[in-house]
Amino acid sequence: MTSLLELENITIQFGGLMAVDHVSLKVEKGWISALIGPNGAGKSTIFNMISGLYKPTSGKVFFNGRDITGYKAYKVTSLGIARTFQNIRLFKNLSVLDNVRIGRHCRGSSGLIGALARFPCTKAEEKEIEEKAHEALEVVDLLDKKNELAKNLPYGEQRRLEIARALAADPVLLLLDEPAAGMNIQEKQTLMHMIQNIRAMGITIMLVEHDMSFVMNISDHVDVLNYGQKIAAGTPSEVQNNPDVIEAYLGKEID
Amino acid sequence: MEQIQTFIQLLPQQLVNGITLGATYALIALGYTMVYGIIQLINFAHGEVYMIGAFIGLLMVVYFKVNFFIAIICAILVCVPLAVLIERVAYRPLRGSTRLAPLISALGVSLFLQTLMTLIMGPNAQPFPRIVKDTIYTVGTVKFSLVQVVILLVSSVLMVALHMIVKYTKVGKAMRATSESYETANLMGININRIISFTFAIGAALAGAGGVLVGMYFNSIHPLMGVIVGLKCFCAAVLGGIGSIPGAMLGGVFLGVAEVMGVALGFGTYRDAIAFALLILVLLLKPTGILGKPIQRKV
Amino acid sequence: MESIIGFFNDPYINQVLTLTGIYLITALGLHLITGITGQFSFGHAGFMSIGAYTAALLSLHLETPFILNVFIGGLAAGFAGTLLGFPSLRLTGDYLGITTLGFAEIVRIVFINLNITGGARGLAGIPRDTNFTIVLLLAVLSIICMYRIHNSRFGRALTAIREDELAAEAMGINTLLYKVKAFAIGTFFAGIGGGLYAHLIQYLNPADFGVSRSFELLNFVVLGGLGSVPGTILGTTVLTLAPEFLRFVKEYRMLIYSALMVTMMIFRPHGLLGGVNFRKLFLDLVHRIMAQLAKTKNVGGK
Ligand SMILES: Nc1ncnc2c1ncn2[C@@H]1O[C@H](COP(=O)(O)OP(=O)(O)OP(=O)(O)O)[C@@H](O)[C@H]1O
Ligand SMILES: [Mg+2]
Repeated sequence: MTSLLELENITIQFGGLMAVDHVSLKVEKGWISALIGPNGAGKSTIFNMISGLYKPTSGKVFFNGRDITGYKAYKVTSLGIARTFQNIRLFKNLSVLDNVRIGRHCRGSSGLIGALARFPCTKAEEKEIEEKAHEALEVVDLLDKKNELAKNLPYGEQRRLEIARALAADPVLLLLDEPAAGMNIQEKQTLMHMIQNIRAMGITIMLVEHDMSFVMNISDHVDVLNYGQKIAAGTPSEVQNNPDVIEAYLGKEID
Repeated sequence: MEQIQTFIQLLPQQLVNGITLGATYALIALGYTMVYGIIQLINFAHGEVYMIGAFIGLLMVVYFKVNFFIAIICAILVCVPLAVLIERVAYRPLRGSTRLAPLISALGVSLFLQTLMTLIMGPNAQPFPRIVKDTIYTVGTVKFSLVQVVILLVSSVLMVALHMIVKYTKVGKAMRATSESYETANLMGININRIISFTFAIGAALAGAGGVLVGMYFNSIHPLMGVIVGLKCFCAAVLGGIGSIPGAMLGGVFLGVAEVMGVALGFGTYRDAIAFALLILVLLLKPTGILGKPIQRKV
Repeated sequence: MESIIGFFNDPYINQVLTLTGIYLITALGLHLITGITGQFSFGHAGFMSIGAYTAALLSLHLETPFILNVFIGGLAAGFAGTLLGFPSLRLTGDYLGITTLGFAEIVRIVFINLNITGGARGLAGIPRDTNFTIVLLLAVLSIICMYRIHNSRFGRALTAIREDELAAEAMGINTLLYKVKAFAIGTFFAGIGGGLYAHLIQYLNPADFGVSRSFELLNFVVLGGLGSVPGTILGTTVLTLAPEFLRFVKEYRMLIYSALMVTMMIFRPHGLLGGVNFRKLFLDLVHRIMAQLAKTKNVGGK
């Protein structure tokens, strides 16, 4: 059985800095898998390499057994990996609904001619896009805000909108970069349920998160990163009791 | 074959002519590059500051019969406050606005100054009197006219002075800090508005001097002379790597030499296209110019 | 009624309105490139000239039908746009702007040097086939095209690129390809505008398609309200007609025009209609009328 996602000795260097250093990890189908580590450990960079925004210096990325290393980001998305961003990157001046419709882009096919001629198939596709966008907004409970501009949403809702936008692409694997950042306890609770619902829809989830209780509560598997290197992996309880992990986190707090 | 032979024979002379022309380009390109480095704006009005510098020089020479040195000083004295005023009125209120708004504003200022000078001076080219003697110095096969010597000397002095200011003075250091990051500069207690004004002032001084030098070199000036030269000099700044002071000098000289060589090779009618062709070529090969720092896109 | 017909039959008025329509078609192309896709183009007039010369030369030498010539002119401009777009749309912002400007200047200088285009003397004797009706028809068609593009998967991808190119890429949009397509369509419109222009003015000179014309087109798109079709219509109309109305101030015309450019940007950096949502305005109006009606009905009932 191949894993859904497999990183093999993935490495990236920025100038002299080894931001990610020979990291290997696996995400199995159906998991909620977490990637944790102190600030600057290289978590987001790993997401960027999986999603094709950065090209690894060396190492390989396998998705469903297929080598997708160096694929362009738009290609990776159409293969079934969607993502959110740590520093929210919504299409600010567009409506909530339009944001999610754009998220569906990779599942559509009509182009310029369709836009101008409005063939029956174009209209059918538009209708399908609209329906899927509504479904995705429903999952994150933002349907009633669909006509607002994205930039006018409060912070927590912007984060959820990013998730809806990613969901619209019908992903197999969803990458969430710090989805709970800046949320209060109540919002985090709601988010946790949403993420579990998304998993129940058959979507595998990989997330980066700093809130330990959030991570430990929700994930099936945790990988720990420090200074670009993987220092531990296992179930939440295994990781929690790992001395290297404790040191990486405590060591940071002490200085 | 014969053509190539004469071309090679004339090469040193062409090089001298090219470098002279390039030195004036470099003076103007410096203003573009410094302003872009600090506020990321193509200051389209810069070409007009250069044009006005040339006209001030003309006025001084014709009406007050001053020598070229005084003419240059006067041009600088007018151009500097003019550029500072332009920044104050047309660019500063637009800081932090959309990308296009300051650009349109700059185009407006540029058009305004062109029209104004056309109204005052008339639409035709004005002859610029010969204020330095027609002396020719010969070194081997290469001839230098006195004007060329003056241009090379004055622009070298100005560029060295600029280098000193940017490298060693407090203002210069503040300029470099500001072009790196507003936030850091702010934290260091730098008054960003003052530094931006200062940057415009220095750029205008160089352009004003450049205007007088070009008037002396070509003996003719025109209210629209800043348009094409301005665009070409911006190209030179981009060629060298926008934001980089040595880059603008290199880009200017490179462009001057390329133009003179192009004309010598029989592409005279395409002269004004050379700058743009070079620009497109360089940008496609190295999108940040010859001496520009590479940009790493960050997510 | 009669006076209205008379108004449109006045050759001067007719000419000015036809020209406005031509500029509108051209400006809508730039609206797609800059307003919708967010890519700078400072060389739109260059593509207009490619369309103009192509169509004019076809009319003069092959005597093929006028509309076909204009269409081929559009295709030629779109083809040039695609050729330039592929390498240069990797650049962003001002770099792209200055590259397109450079390209347009090169085109202009090439036209000055070619024999077939009449060089710097220009190309005269082009038949006057453009008339107000055709231009009006094509302008309306162009506006419909823009609206249809805007409300489609294709157009949303372009807007996404304007808003955040990297996020667009991560949403599965092949950004380079879409930018090139936007550029191709936008320059096609410029070419159509050029062909119509050639057959209205009947004379072409490379000097008519220099940087100042390119920046004028940019003004049309920005001053009315960047990214908005009504804004582009307003900007183009006002700025084409204003110099005509300002004729009485004669030589101060351009002085006023340029000073207005600066003041406009300072006080309305998003353009006259920037940020105005017509759909919302319309819906609000409908709501208000409905509410008013309901109220009067209630009052009447009592
Ligand atoms: N494009 C880039 N160019 C240069 N350095 C980069 C780039 N992207 C990331 N880095 C560096 O790589 C290291 C890892 O960054 P990354 O964003 O992956 O950390 P992280 O684990 O996500 O941290 P955080 O929890 O703060 O988000 C950092 O030192 C960062 O400065
Ligand atoms: Mg991160």
